[in-house]
Amino acid sequence: MSRRAGPSIWRVARLVAAKDLRIEWHSRVFTNQVLPFAGVTMVIFAFALDADVVLERVAPGLVWLATMFSLLVLVQRAFAIETDDGALDAMRVAGIDPRAIYLGKALGLGAQLLVLELVLLFAAVVLYGQTVPLESTALLAATLISATCGLSAVGTLYGGLAAGFRGRETLLPLLTLPAVAPVLIGATRAVEAALGTAGAVVSDGWPWVGLLVVFAVAFGVGGSLAFGPLIDE
Amino acid sequence: MTTIDPARTTRDPVHESTGRAGTGTRGTRIIGIATIIAMGWLVAFGLGFSPADRDQRESVRILYVHVPTIWIAYLAFTVTAVASGMYLFTKKKSLGWDRLAGASAEVGTVFVAVTLVVGALWGRLTWGVFWQWDARLTTTALLFVTYVGYLAVRRLGGSHEQRARRSAVIGLLAVLEIPLVHWSVRLWRSLHQEATVLDTDGDIDMDGLMLFSLFVGVVAFSLLYLWLVLHRTRVMAMEDLMDDRGLDLALEARRSEAGEQSGESGLDAPTENGAG
Repeated sequence: MSRRAGPSIWRVARLVAAKDLRIEWHSRVFTNQVLPFAGVTMVIFAFALDADVVLERVAPGLVWLATMFSLLVLVQRAFAIETDDGALDAMRVAGIDPRAIYLGKALGLGAQLLVLELVLLFAAVVLYGQTVPLESTALLAATLISATCGLSAVGTLYGGLAAGFRGRETLLPLLTLPAVAPVLIGATRAVEAALGTAGAVVSDGWPWVGLLVVFAVAFGVGGSLAFGPLIDE
Repeated sequence: MTTIDPARTTRDPVHESTGRAGTGTRGTRIIGIATIIAMGWLVAFGLGFSPADRDQRESVRILYVHVPTIWIAYLAFTVTAVASGMYLFTKKKSLGWDRLAGASAEVGTVFVAVTLVVGALWGRLTWGVFWQWDARLTTTALLFVTYVGYLAVRRLGGSHEQRARRSAVIGLLAVLEIPLVHWSVRLWRSLHQEATVLDTDGDIDMDGLMLFSLFVGVVAFSLLYLWLVLHRTRVMAMEDLMDDRGLDLALEARRSEAGEQSGESGLDAPTENGAG
């Protein structure tokens, strides 16, 4: 919006994201609760799939499954800090562009998700006996970034919708999990290719990154347009 | 929310504004009767006149329900998306579009459920298993869950306008979501029977009587869809009206109740926290 006097969307988005990350830094909910939760998930997967061969085969999928579950926790947390003090309403009353709020929340969420995914990959190396070949670093990085963008775009959108309503805790997974199914499929296949699971080669992974990028762009654009009408009430 | 004691309310808000007791009109009654007749035809042709398939044998009869229900469900979700768009992008913001979107999504969800259940039965008979992780089955299951989520969003509460805007946005987001899900699942795996009627070469490779039975199925389920959506839209309009008028009526009933009591016992109207 060039006509409107005031800071640009991106500047406001950066401020919102920085605010969220600062709150997390002080409250330590991410490091003290979400990361341990994700770690426990990785351990109980091993209990359920009691065989080293099976674990090695399904490790990439488990990494992303644990990410999805943690995403739900993170999204709830991201909007709990807004609605508890009516901060979201205050930001709207202050005349902040909803697209800036959306992008800011998504950026903050994405930063946390990225850290979480790296930790989970490390856990897969340690617990499930995965090895990360050096030549697949580029594929792995591209997958993590594109998948994170898609996940945080969807998570922020539905988190904003469910914020401030009774029963949001149960509604969020119902809306989010079907929507992020493509990310789960694409990211799992791409990481399988990167880690060479079941004989997959690195070149198999790039089409899946294409899917993840399309998903992230579609939901990024759709989300920033839809977020305003969803929270504006 | 507010309960209304029918004995105490002197006027009925629904009758007052619509002038009738039910949601039926001449038009819907005709459609309803036509639906029953078409369903009778479907039973006759699907179970009686049409022949058994060479490969699928008798189980092919399931498809006269399976295929029409999913076609009409696609139609229903298209109607939901269009009505959601009409609500959001027209100036008048008529709640009628919102109710049409909701009613259509409800019926569509039920039809998808029917498709999935009878499809699983057909799969058990033909493939030997209830479920296959192939592209179309998986997409359809996610389609079902997506619209269950849409219906849950409709029940979040708030004013009618809030409900309408929120669910319209979700209804349009589903249009974004479903092709992405379909594309990804398709890349993942594909095994489903290729489409026979709606394939690209334009020829229809089916026995004449079988095709006619399928056609009867499509007509019957289209009529059923139309009938259900008309009634459901009207019921929703009445529900909205009840919500709007319900509070006024409850207040009125409470006042008259208070008036009666003070007349009988000589006390003032009971206070809200009058337990002590």
